[in-house]
Amino acid sequence: MTGLRALLGRELALSWGRGGGALLALAFYLAMATLLPLAAGPEPARLAAVAPGSAWLALALASLLSLERLFERDYEDGALDLLALGPAPLEAVAFAKCLAQWITTSAPLALMAPVVATALGAPPDLAPITVVAALAGGLGFSFCGGIGAALSLGSRRGGVLIAVIVLPLFAPPVIFGAGAIEAFGAGLDWKTGMALLGAYSLSAVAVGPFAMAAACRNALS
Amino acid sequence: MIAILTNPQRFMALSAWAAPTLGAIAAVLGLTGLWFDFIAPPDYQQGYTVHLMFIHVPAAWLSLFVYVCLGAASFIGLVFRAPIADAAARAAAPLGAGFTFLALATGSLWGRPMWGTWWVWDARLTSVLVLFLFYLGYLALQSAIDDEAKASRACAILALVGLINLPIVHFSVVWWNTLHQGASVFRAGGPAMPPAYLVPLLTLALAYTAAFGSLWLVRIRAEVWRRRANVLALRAAG
Repeated sequence: MTGLRALLGRELALSWGRGGGALLALAFYLAMATLLPLAAGPEPARLAAVAPGSAWLALALASLLSLERLFERDYEDGALDLLALGPAPLEAVAFAKCLAQWITTSAPLALMAPVVATALGAPPDLAPITVVAALAGGLGFSFCGGIGAALSLGSRRGGVLIAVIVLPLFAPPVIFGAGAIEAFGAGLDWKTGMALLGAYSLSAVAVGPFAMAAACRNALS
Repeated sequence: MIAILTNPQRFMALSAWAAPTLGAIAAVLGLTGLWFDFIAPPDYQQGYTVHLMFIHVPAAWLSLFVYVCLGAASFIGLVFRAPIADAAARAAAPLGAGFTFLALATGSLWGRPMWGTWWVWDARLTSVLVLFLFYLGYLALQSAIDDEAKASRACAILALVGLINLPIVHFSVVWWNTLHQGASVFRAGGPAMPPAYLVPLLTLALAYTAAFGSLWLVRIRAEVWRRRANVLALRAAG
């Protein structure tokens, strides 16, 4: 347990210290949100119709950004070999890494999501549910994305490959999250979508570390 | 079963006659099915486009069937480290992508005259499209890793993750579709299919399956030969 805490502390420190933390993902998220009115047209009525959905889609894309460095950095400098030899199983290492990814990237993005959605014209009442959905979905994005990051270790093209592998896996959380937000806005039953989103994210947390550990062992072998 | 997959000698001996036999069965069934297809009367609603169904529906079935085969081969390759299973997974993926593409393309060609549009964001169409994306991701990962053994194992992990995810994706897309209250593009369940349509459909479905089996075996054999050639080249060089 102390080992896990130390690992988590290391990941958090590394992320804030060297990678610029969440700034990159936040900047990407803002840039995506800026391009949307430029592409779709600035009329408030048209923007408001797609605002919650596009804010959610941009969130999924922004959470892809820092995935490339999730295992790659440790793989390149040999730290992953040491972690694999250490007392903690690789499954726990993968879990700690993804949890750190969630804390440093998904949580700031989740706090940013209602700001972006409101700026695009979504009603402000949606802000609380947008934060909650983004937090729950971010957990799934981190743990599903980690599978893609671990699988593409040692490959020739990291970033795009991760996106191609991971984006089909993002289909269910995108559907459930955007559906829950939309249903809440329309005064319909939003709890089903939220519950399904939570279920998907939690099962990703349960299954993901095993796939990631297997992929890391394969890359290190 | 496992012995055949772990022993390339036995596999090559078995597949040497199984592949052409399945190919001959596929040719006979395919020609028969196409004949029944041509003599089938035009549908009272779909007109002559109903003929496209007999090509489209088996392709859609095969797209899922091949993914299950891919998942099973990946599992055996990962757990039992059977070399033939690795080759089988590697050989199945492009075939599956091809069947999925065929299903999407013929469906689109059929949709244009019948629905008046090339593409609808319907639950079934969308989940087949996501299946196609799974195949593309698998092929992309396979070609991106140089070390073949590592690529096989990474792809096997991805195939198993995809196998868990496919039902979830399908379920979520259906849920999304009912949420959005999309126009119901499929006719409300009409009368049961008459034999004039059922016979060509089932014959062609069997023909597709046999053709897949034959092509799969041929591709696995090619993969085994390619590995042997690599070994020989290495030996000659060193």
